[in-house]
Amino acid sequence: MTAKFRKPTEDPIWLKALLGGLAFGFIAVLLLLPLVLVFKEALAHGLSAFWATMTEPDTLAAVRLSLTAAAIAVPLNTVFGISAAWAIAKFDFKGKTFLVTLIDLPFSVSPVVSGLIYVLVFGAQGWFGASLADHNVRILFALPGIVLATIFVTFPFVARELIPLMVDQGRDEEEAAATLGATGFQTFLRVTLPNIKWGLLYGILLCNARALGEFGAVSVVSGHIRGVTNTMPLHVELLYNNYDYVGAFAVAALLAMLGLVTLVLKSLLEWRYAGELAAMHRH
Amino acid sequence: MKRILSLLAAAGLFCATAAQADVTLLNVSYDPTRELYKDLGTAFAASYKADKVTINTSNGGSGAQARAVIDGLQADVLTLALAADIDAVSKNGKLLPTDWQKRLPDNSAPYTSTIVFLVRKGNPWKIKDWNDLVKGGIQVITPNPKTSGGARWAYLAAWAYAEKAPGGNAQKAKDFVANLYKHVPVLDTGARGSTTTFTKRGIGDVLLSWENEAHLALKETPGEYEIVYPSHSILAEPPVAVVDRNVDRHKTRAAAEAFVKFLYTPQAQEIEARNFYRPRNQEIAAKYKNQFPNIPLATIDGDFGGWIKAQASHFGDGGIFDQIYQPGK
Repeated sequence: MTAKFRKPTEDPIWLKALLGGLAFGFIAVLLLLPLVLVFKEALAHGLSAFWATMTEPDTLAAVRLSLTAAAIAVPLNTVFGISAAWAIAKFDFKGKTFLVTLIDLPFSVSPVVSGLIYVLVFGAQGWFGASLADHNVRILFALPGIVLATIFVTFPFVARELIPLMVDQGRDEEEAAATLGATGFQTFLRVTLPNIKWGLLYGILLCNARALGEFGAVSVVSGHIRGVTNTMPLHVELLYNNYDYVGAFAVAALLAMLGLVTLVLKSLLEWRYAGELAAMHRH
Repeated sequence: MKRILSLLAAAGLFCATAAQADVTLLNVSYDPTRELYKDLGTAFAASYKADKVTINTSNGGSGAQARAVIDGLQADVLTLALAADIDAVSKNGKLLPTDWQKRLPDNSAPYTSTIVFLVRKGNPWKIKDWNDLVKGGIQVITPNPKTSGGARWAYLAAWAYAEKAPGGNAQKAKDFVANLYKHVPVLDTGARGSTTTFTKRGIGDVLLSWENEAHLALKETPGEYEIVYPSHSILAEPPVAVVDRNVDRHKTRAAAEAFVKFLYTPQAQEIEARNFYRPRNQEIAAKYKNQFPNIPLATIDGDFGGWIKAQASHFGDGGIFDQIYQPGK
């Protein structure tokens, strides 16, 4: 009688089925079902009711505001993210770990707190409030405040994607470029950037998704002026509270679709550039 | 690329002010007035000839809205749930004089309302009056008095009921209200939040609601709810005011003053009555009298010594509400 040995890498079929089923069941109930319901509610009164909400001036204003805020916040955070990752990966300096910790701050702080920070700084009773008001400068409850809050919460995305990638790639190629007489900018443009482009795109994508979807921080600084300072997520809440459930879910469906587009793009990137991206996930 | 550059430039223009010939007013209002001020704004814009007026509105819990205006939300007109919140804007923001309430008729409240009960169809718990709310496991939905105006009126209405009941006094009123809040499972920030908690999320057995908000819920979902008028409630006076510092800064004083005066005109009073707010105008009130049952109402000035006193003793930090409300107990 010989003892039957199981390969250490092979689990019994029932365990595989159980784990797989659990994962799929979990995702189906917690993610897919609600997503389907959003679209179902949005179309509950037909396509024309859905379209009526979409073309309503307040909805268009909310879409425009969200896109504007993202169009300002994402490029700024891209520039910041590249500079921060460059500095951290390619140079040694004092306080480097502290800088990395600071970059992570928006991840660990509740968005509501991020919003309140700006109220404390720029609010009429805040540090700069009185002098800003004297010069008729509006930051809070206007586009600048919404952009600032969006920048704050989406701050780490690009940097966080790039830092591990750039650390992994090391400095050899840059050093070679420098030895061959390239200027710093030439080195960046011709050596560093081509190496990080897919990671960068990935970071920008995540940053953009979060910028469009941010609720908490923006809610604090928005002032909720209908058609003026309501972003898409805030508009969803407003419509829901106005007994306009079809409208609320229509705008929610639009947000969900933007999220799905991001997801598809992200999957395409992952599939096409799996190798380069894998470097990031080793960290 | 050009577009990105111009957007970046726009980000730099923090001091950009709207330089349009048309007048835009910002009306910062309390939570349930969404539908009311949409109608009133349209009617005013059509009747006001001096400028082309657009009225933007922001809705939220009355106290939270006052806080936002103090923090710099550029309201030209405040239409809040109760005088104490405009007092706060006057006191802490210095945006309008302390005697603001004397500038318009009827305590600056063009319409009034009261607090009623909204119950589920058929009134399964047979709720008829305030003392029915504290029986057994009944769950009462009402917003947070710290942020919501309607919640403060509801709290005071309950207080006045217990104090005026036979053998009632301040201590008994405090005990009654403390008991009442033990039946409250969740405090939303504003009246509309509580209404959706009660109607859409199906939580609770009774909603302490603005009369107008309860009627609107009936209108939105006919046949699902019933309004119960208690034996005694409170005269809620939601006041309006022009925010002097802001209208002078925006050069919108003329239009803002015309708007708050417009709220007293027969045309506006009719719109208010249609939206279930009790009009001040006698003729229009008579026309809609079936809609607004006559019940005894306590008043803030007569029974609580005015909002300044009531706000401090009941809702201030360490006030009676803080003493009686202990979440989760």
